[in-house]
Amino acid sequence: MEANQDINRPGIEIPAELRQQVTITTLERIYNWGRSNSMWPMMFGLACCAIEMICTAASRYDFSRFGMEVMRPSPRQADVMIVAGTVTKKMLPPIVRLYNQMSVPKYVIAMGSCASGGGPFKEGYNVVPGIDTYIPVDVYIAGCPPTPQGLLNGLITLQNKVKNESMKEAGWYSKGKEVEVPIPVLGPDVFDPRKMDLIYEETHKPLEIPAEDAGTEGEPQ
Amino acid sequence: MSDQPVLAPIYNELMAEFPQQIEIESRPGFKGVIVNSSALVDVVTYLHDKKGYDYLSNLTAVDDYPEDQLEVIYHLFKSTGGEIIEFKVFTKRDEPVVPSLYSIYRGADFQEREVWDMFGIKFAGHPDLRRLLLWEGFEGHPLRKDWKEPFYEEDIKPYKNRWPEGRGERIENRNPFKDNVQYPRDFDPKIYEPEADQSVYKLLQSQIPQDTGDLKVEQLVVNIGPQHPSTHGVFRMAAVLEGEKVLALKPVIGYLHRNHEKIGERNTFLQNMPYTDRLDYLSSMSNNFGYAITVEKLLGIQPPERAEFLRVMMAELTRIASHSMAIGFLLNDLGAFFTPSLYALEERELILDIFESVAGSRMMCNYFRFGGVVRDITEDDFNKVKYMVEERLPRKIDDLDRYLTENEIVKMRCQGVGVLTAEEAINYSASGPSLRASGVPYDIRKVDPYSIYDRLEFDVCYQNHGDVYDRYLVRLAEIRQSLRILKQVIKQIPDGPIQTGKVQYAVRVPPGEAYGRVEGPRGELGYYVVSDGKNNPKRYHVRSPSLMSTTSLEKMCVGGKIADAVTILGAVDVVLGEVDR
Repeated sequence: MEANQDINRPGIEIPAELRQQVTITTLERIYNWGRSNSMWPMMFGLACCAIEMICTAASRYDFSRFGMEVMRPSPRQADVMIVAGTVTKKMLPPIVRLYNQMSVPKYVIAMGSCASGGGPFKEGYNVVPGIDTYIPVDVYIAGCPPTPQGLLNGLITLQNKVKNESMKEAGWYSKGKEVEVPIPVLGPDVFDPRKMDLIYEETHKPLEIPAEDAGTEGEPQ
Repeated sequence: MSDQPVLAPIYNELMAEFPQQIEIESRPGFKGVIVNSSALVDVVTYLHDKKGYDYLSNLTAVDDYPEDQLEVIYHLFKSTGGEIIEFKVFTKRDEPVVPSLYSIYRGADFQEREVWDMFGIKFAGHPDLRRLLLWEGFEGHPLRKDWKEPFYEEDIKPYKNRWPEGRGERIENRNPFKDNVQYPRDFDPKIYEPEADQSVYKLLQSQIPQDTGDLKVEQLVVNIGPQHPSTHGVFRMAAVLEGEKVLALKPVIGYLHRNHEKIGERNTFLQNMPYTDRLDYLSSMSNNFGYAITVEKLLGIQPPERAEFLRVMMAELTRIASHSMAIGFLLNDLGAFFTPSLYALEERELILDIFESVAGSRMMCNYFRFGGVVRDITEDDFNKVKYMVEERLPRKIDDLDRYLTENEIVKMRCQGVGVLTAEEAINYSASGPSLRASGVPYDIRKVDPYSIYDRLEFDVCYQNHGDVYDRYLVRLAEIRQSLRILKQVIKQIPDGPIQTGKVQYAVRVPPGEAYGRVEGPRGELGYYVVSDGKNNPKRYHVRSPSLMSTTSLEKMCVGGKIADAVTILGAVDVVLGEVDR
């Protein structure tokens, strides 16, 4: 009924004649309301999904209706990173670096099956099976590629998540909670600096199996 | 299977010219001749200088594991049209070296680097043999048959653990790192020093002309991309600038290398069809087309008449959608941010609606099958196509033309920028609008007609200056020609079946090889498929027009302004899914 229903604090009665002018709310509610309606995505496309992202930004689907029209090419100015497409190992270090460069509060949407879990290219030797193996993801969108409606649904899901966040618990207001994700290194294969010990252990394990089978993957443990 | 393949006259001439060096390919299903590695440069020079084979279309390799042999395959054409010439060079697996064709065809540059990257074949005489798609330091050469990816399960799909009664186990759980990675033995991540980017910078420094004047000017290395709004995806240009002038520039690609070919060799033939959609994701129908006609060549089947018309209809609609988007985004790159693109995207959306209705998906259509198409077009959709072609699109293209072609800023920014002469364009194996804008009227629909194009009336659009503006004009003219083709298709489309024989999911492809090519929106899209009679292709290679266009990018950009490099990239219209595959 009222235009400001979204931010009004339930349970507090406002006289009928003032309902169009006055709103009573909590700081948290109005703060989250403002944030969720001005999510600026980073202008950053990887593959096929990026084209659907462009279509969503264009006149027909037009996500500026939800406050997202300001696509920022710089990570410093963006709130949400839409990982739109297949994440390859070669592209992984730049993506993690971009994620680290975004200022908090920051969100990540894995758009499409490739970004969510590798998709049809999962078995490829240069493909990361889901960006969530490296950076935290807030919303996953299914589809190959998701339709613009699908992306809009994902963005609205993210808005709902933002609306329900609490300043008390939010990581970015407490000291020491924000950790940078270490940037993966391109070696003989990409490696995560967090897994160095495991890698060292595995590559220096004494050979148990016959030499000609050493190259095959997936030996039972 | 004829025992005595009929040789084209050019092969006989070659045999007469180089009697000791050339053998006829004798395996059934295979074509062409085998050239002795030591005589390769002589043979190719002869073909190039004396016989007019000036266009290197495709260069790739095949691994004959477990035999100790790697093959390098060359497909040459004449830019004036005519027969293909195909030949192979054999080399040993443990120490593969083949002479480079870099000095004869600059178009061999990236293709040879790709073969080095994927197969580990060294090209003697190539000045810059670095990895193309993967990074320096990567372990192994992935397209060799004995190289196995970390998530390797079996050689051939469908994998056993995906059967309904299978174990349903996730492959991650079998990998010790729980991720898609593997490392050589004794690899120590703590002391490893990555070398990935240094080689590019070293190379750039070596290419800068030495200071001749006495004015000292500072030089700046700038990386544009891989995340940059003007690079149309994850493309990187490493450039050395002096002020605004580009002194040296190297494209760095592979950021979207999705292992299309390795996965394609595990897939069955039909399973590759949806993967081709994701190559050039702006024109999936054309990609389907190329793959379908290549495998049909191997199968020796012909789609029925109605299917041919439907194919051409979809391919031309794709061309319109893709070209209008290319024009829109070229204007984006010129600084007219998003408004012209909105005009282009509007028409594209309406075409995508037709695709969605016909094929089931907006972008990834997966519409073609071997010997036909997957489903017929309904009356309703047909009327939509008719409306678009006869009423809406001609009007809208005229609008676009009126807004842009005579626009002063467009002219100033585009004319004389990124010039490629006809000789250069041919030598760099440019194709599609880039080649035709340079004054070479080479259109595969005319010079090597496939499907029903020989029965349709249309003109080959070309311009003579070879600059960005001409590429724009060629695209605009091609949209009009596509509309002309579509009008004929709508009039002439017959009734009838849309599939030859019965629908098959597992096709039996006889052993042999085929190179099929179509004129996609970005140029010559070729597929090279080798079958050894099994369910999956032995070799599956995509000759992508976008990759070939990036070969000449350096040539077009060096000496110009850095802002123009962005324009040139926009006019070349690369799609990264296809560049990197």
